[in-house]
Amino acid sequence: MKRIPVREQAPEVRAHNFDEVCFGYNEEEALLEASRCLNCREPRCMQKCPVSVKIPRFIEQIRNKDFAAAAETISQDSSLPAICGRVCPQETQCEGNCVLGVKGEPVAIGKLERFVADWSRDNKIKVAHAAPLNGKKVAIVGSGPSGLACASDLARMGYDVTIFEVLHKAGGVLQYGIPEFRLPKEKVVEPEIENVKALGVKIETNVVVGRTVTIDDLLEKEGFSAVFVGSGAGLPRFMNIPGENFNGVFSANEFLTRNNLMRAFSPESDTPVYIGKKVAVVGGGNVAMDAARTALRLGSEVTVVYRRTEKELPARAEEVHHALEEGIVFNMLTNPVEILGDEKGWVRGLRCVRMQLGEPDASGRRSPVEVPGSQFDIEADVVIMALGTSPNPLIASTTAGLQTERHGCIVASEDGATSRRGVFAGGDAVTGAATVILAMGAGRRAAAAIHKYLSE
Amino acid sequence: MYNIVKKTFLTPTICLMEVEDPRIASAAQPGQFLIVRARPQGERIPLTICDYNREKGTVTIVIQIIGASSRMICALEEGESFTDFVGPLGQPSDFVKEDDGQIEGRRYLFVAGGLGTAPVYPQAKYLFERGAKVDVIVGAKTADMVILEKEMSAVCDNLYICTDDGSKGTRGLVTEKIKALLAEGKKYDQAVAIGPMIMMKFTTLTLKETGIPLVVSLNTLMVDGTGMCGGCRVTVGGRNRFACVEGPEFNAYEVDFDEAMRRQTMYKPQEIEADHKCRIGRDK
Repeated sequence: MKRIPVREQAPEVRAHNFDEVCFGYNEEEALLEASRCLNCREPRCMQKCPVSVKIPRFIEQIRNKDFAAAAETISQDSSLPAICGRVCPQETQCEGNCVLGVKGEPVAIGKLERFVADWSRDNKIKVAHAAPLNGKKVAIVGSGPSGLACASDLARMGYDVTIFEVLHKAGGVLQYGIPEFRLPKEKVVEPEIENVKALGVKIETNVVVGRTVTIDDLLEKEGFSAVFVGSGAGLPRFMNIPGENFNGVFSANEFLTRNNLMRAFSPESDTPVYIGKKVAVVGGGNVAMDAARTALRLGSEVTVVYRRTEKELPARAEEVHHALEEGIVFNMLTNPVEILGDEKGWVRGLRCVRMQLGEPDASGRRSPVEVPGSQFDIEADVVIMALGTSPNPLIASTTAGLQTERHGCIVASEDGATSRRGVFAGGDAVTGAATVILAMGAGRRAAAAIHKYLSE
Repeated sequence: MYNIVKKTFLTPTICLMEVEDPRIASAAQPGQFLIVRARPQGERIPLTICDYNREKGTVTIVIQIIGASSRMICALEEGESFTDFVGPLGQPSDFVKEDDGQIEGRRYLFVAGGLGTAPVYPQAKYLFERGAKVDVIVGAKTADMVILEKEMSAVCDNLYICTDDGSKGTRGLVTEKIKALLAEGKKYDQAVAIGPMIMMKFTTLTLKETGIPLVVSLNTLMVDGTGMCGGCRVTVGGRNRFACVEGPEFNAYEVDFDEAMRRQTMYKPQEIEADHKCRIGRDK
């Protein structure tokens, strides 16, 4: 049997709205897809899941129509299944390792996870079980995926957990970074955060750890026995090419934060967003796809400029596929060298050169080299830079003895221990920008390490 | 949380509010700022900190009505609360890191333009209390736009007021007053200018030849105020800097003011449109 296709909004319709692209499976589709799982004795899918969700088990429970049990199974390892089912790069993780994928198409594990999570939310299944408090307090910096995962595990072990979030809404990148059409906030993100709170986790928004309070304050004055730093990688990078400060040049972070966290796309919101006629997005990751597809929905004509080929695009396959369907133009093997402005200092275009892939470097990735004499201009009145992000230096610079490496990443062991006793870290703050699920995995390992540290 | 315990209009368009937030009150330092939201669908608005009371756990802010969002903030009443109130953000002024002994006797010239008087106040106060010699020039359009006159005179040696129309103090621009003071033979070890970008630019040009170090505080556009959006980026000394986390204070002689002024106009058309639609505070 072939993989059950998932229903989606038609590209020409969704290009004009911010509603979720993918409708997900209904019960019938989920049952059919679940029946494709071979329930392998040694499940290869699980080996590739950063939080080790018991995949064959929950799929079997779907097959038995016991969706509540499936939700319970997933919740033992993931506190954010409706989110992960939507944003995990399944093709390189669980599904990429599914034995069915060797000859045909892998089981749609992500879509099944999403089905279970959505069903359990819609049917108000209570999967959060708060444990009796053990009297120890743990502080978590940042309410993104790593912080939420760490908080959930600690709360289940009986710790009194408080998450400090700098923005006015909890969720970190789930809230400010990933757009509504891929990850609905009210329907998906907020209920999953509520599930974490139902475990007894407290979330304090509007607290800048490093400024409003320091990590030392938390440990010495506010009675916390350990701190987990999951402050993410929020600092946008620019190319340092001429013209980058012209009006109309934005970091993808700014463009997405205005639209996602501040909901500038809605007429109800007081936050403005600048809508270009022709938008050029520089970069090839998920953030570039999100920025491009957001600009498209705001009514712009959008071109993505990427210096390698489609094969090297770091974005999830589904995002690239959706972007192409929606009519976004890709300029591959193209690298900007200058942003062009008019006499008033507003963007009018992007000067680029063509690239070709050279010899593979030490990492095996073929690095792009400039084709001599290939310079050309792309017309644009908005340029969005989606070149990746670095960790915010605020925590490290205000916490004595917390070691960082060259790129500003906090130095931490596999289980999250930092150079400072009692301070653990994980997620993008340690690795640099990566994925939701890897951050969750790091949060879970740190929770186990914190438990060990506080039990000594 | 974020409860407004006191509200007064200093002028018809400038409002002072004392807001409860014990954590910010105990952490705030001169030079830093806050971000506030007046309502759930509101914009994040950066505001300078005018004062803080560590014992009472309150922070004082001063807001000028210049558009829809500032109008909404000023429409909040005593007893009401901000939806969000976050800070302190940005780096404290450099002198906060110095020992009090280093500050004593140092001669400061502050140049405050309009609303810029509010962020100058905590700096002048901090320095004056530690024995610095503090002169303050306050520039405003007219006499009734001068704010915090009494408070400021209590924390400086000399307060000079200039108004565009001469309705109070000297008639003329702050730059003319700077020149006049220097011509009188006044000597300064450090100058600080805070106000509209254009005023800071011309203060910088005026002081450039004197060799007096000058610091300016940049009121750039920003969304999060924590280094995430990069909307606040300014060219300082030929390098891209984020005003929210590396500033807001910079060496004035290195700032590209023309670029900074242009970047401030990024959302002007949207702001004007929003202000036209906004009826808050107008229908009373």
